[in-house]
Amino acid sequence: MSLFSVDGHDPRGAGAADGPGGPDGAGSAFDSDGVGSAATDTVVMQPTPVRPSAVWIKSLRKVYGDGDAAVHALRGLDLDVPHGDYVAVMGASGSGKSTLMNIVGCLDVPSSGDYLLDGIAIADLDERQLSLVRNRKIGFVFQSFNLLARTTAFENVELPLVYGGVHKAERRRRALAALNLVGLGDRIGHHPNQLSGGQQQRVAVARALVTAPSLVLADEPTGNLDTHSSSEVMSLFDQLNATGRTIVLITHEEDIAAHAKRAIRLVDGLIVEDVRLAPAEGLPPRMASPDTGARHAAAAQGRAIRGAGA
Amino acid sequence: MRVREVFRFALRGLRANKLRSGLTTLGILIGVGAVILLIAVGQGSGAAVQARISSLGSNLLMVTRQANGFGRAAASRTGTQSRTTNLTVADAQLLATSDQDPDVSVVAPVATTSQTATYSGATTTINQVVGTYPAYLPISNDSIATGTSFTADDVNADRKVIVIGQTVVTNLFGTIDPLGKTVQLGGVPYTVVGTLAAKGGGSTFNDPDNVAVAPLTSVQDSLTGFGSLSEIAVQAAGANQADAAQAEITSLLLQAHHDTSTTADFSVTNEATLLSTAQSTTQTFTVLLAAVAAISLLVGGIGVTNIMLVTVTERTREIGIRKALGAPRGAILGQFLIEAVLLSVVGGALGVVAGVVGSRFTVDGIKPVLVPSSILLAFGVSAVIGLVFGSLPANRAAKLHPIEALRHE
Repeated sequence: MSLFSVDGHDPRGAGAADGPGGPDGAGSAFDSDGVGSAATDTVVMQPTPVRPSAVWIKSLRKVYGDGDAAVHALRGLDLDVPHGDYVAVMGASGSGKSTLMNIVGCLDVPSSGDYLLDGIAIADLDERQLSLVRNRKIGFVFQSFNLLARTTAFENVELPLVYGGVHKAERRRRALAALNLVGLGDRIGHHPNQLSGGQQQRVAVARALVTAPSLVLADEPTGNLDTHSSSEVMSLFDQLNATGRTIVLITHEEDIAAHAKRAIRLVDGLIVEDVRLAPAEGLPPRMASPDTGARHAAAAQGRAIRGAGA
Repeated sequence: MRVREVFRFALRGLRANKLRSGLTTLGILIGVGAVILLIAVGQGSGAAVQARISSLGSNLLMVTRQANGFGRAAASRTGTQSRTTNLTVADAQLLATSDQDPDVSVVAPVATTSQTATYSGATTTINQVVGTYPAYLPISNDSIATGTSFTADDVNADRKVIVIGQTVVTNLFGTIDPLGKTVQLGGVPYTVVGTLAAKGGGSTFNDPDNVAVAPLTSVQDSLTGFGSLSEIAVQAAGANQADAAQAEITSLLLQAHHDTSTTADFSVTNEATLLSTAQSTTQTFTVLLAAVAAISLLVGGIGVTNIMLVTVTERTREIGIRKALGAPRGAILGQFLIEAVLLSVVGGALGVVAGVVGSRFTVDGIKPVLVPSSILLAFGVSAVIGLVFGSLPANRAAKLHPIEALRHE
């Protein structure tokens, strides 16, 4: 459990932006654990040696089945998501966006092609290291929330830290900070079935960011929510991105995608459209040019987030 | 990942489905309890049989008829030798009067039968109606509780008098004083002259107090007929003279029956041989009981596997979530393995309690004797069962692919 040093994450609170030293420190920890120098070599060959991209994908292919029955879900896809970016992935069902999501989330492995997550070559990792990467580098938010039943909001948020080997007092501090961040500090003892859909999804967001991951992956996070809860959750994502968190979210809805700084459209396993709506640095579009009534509240919460992270 | 946390997850998993966990635990409980209790019963019945044999009488030897193993050969023997295939009163008299058996002190011919006895509407079956001589009582370690024994005079006069055991007293007379009352034994009236002191021990089918003793002549006259005796009871002169007495009896009777040792139509057993035979019998009995109990423990183990497989299938999505959140394979494996082991160990512990408590009760007249090693064994086996039978489902959980697990409805 020493692959990533827990201490390396400590100075950064749950809601804090990734510090510049974070990924580099993690990379060297990998090296010292004998994961293989190939990963580091590839990182060095990156065009931006200062800081590797959060997600860097080259010629990614994924084929299910073989022979005549083979289904090409991804057909040589390239993608570079720098830190701090906020990407919406769109596409019809069958376009390969879920496959892309699973590979980016280290839940699945590509048939061919390269994938570097925060400079780490995922293909070189064994299963134990993959679970560590999922634990430390990625925060998942699912359409169906996927909270553990009969388990309190606090324990749900705490779960990734348990698997990360964080000791109890630190777990408690970070889980509470994350729950306060999503505005559920008063619901920590509630079970999922005692929470509304929007609240459940906010617990899931707290769980996704409690490990201070390099990347938050959201798979249609508002798909099961009403309009009001949707805008709550999306403003949460906006605030997270405003504090520097990299976010990739899958969505069907244009107005959800409009929250992102960049919209990517997938068709038949290839990116056919890649539109930048706002620069990767700086505030997400809805916060930069607010056109919703939640502007003041969002700004206030944004300050609160920075405060909590400090 | 910490063991303590994984343990907590496992406990939560068990608590989430209390009834199911309870029933699975019950399976192991019954298995472990049965092993402990049945071994104790086997042990207890062994002890009871031993006690029963020692209560038969000190220095007791039994001469019993034996079907001749070489019957054909005997039939083809030539000459005028007369075959005496029965034990007779003459044999008993020979043993009693001969001066070639100095180690024999008392001899009593015995004819036994099982009879239904009735007294004013009450009916009971007496397992052993013993027709014999008065000398039988001291040989068989019986003593008179109330009344008197019958006498040699009664034997000679063929009087229908009887001495009954305590079980017969209870079954026929209840609280009435049986002395002087007349019971019908196979339709023949016998007058109760005495009761035997209770010996205790034994079971329903093997009750040493379900007995009646009457003069040999009257029993032969009215119940068994004048054929062969059932046995001749002999008391050796001293505790360490049983073997010598056995040899003398054998040689005397072989002579009297014109037999050789290979064609002997009788056998002489003493207490020691009875004991060892009984011991090997109860040993087999105990092993048999333990085997039955072990099977129920095995079934309990299969129950654990079954429930854990169901649990893993049911919680596939939870496993997927945990894996997506970075749970390593070991944590998932550990969680489900701990659940299985907890089920079986808790069941095992309760089974030990049940077995120990159960062995405090008398089972069909047998007082179970706890064997400490059986407790350790049963409990240890239950823990191992949890590990072995839990590893299949736990492995299945740990090997689940996170995507497929997350998609599982």
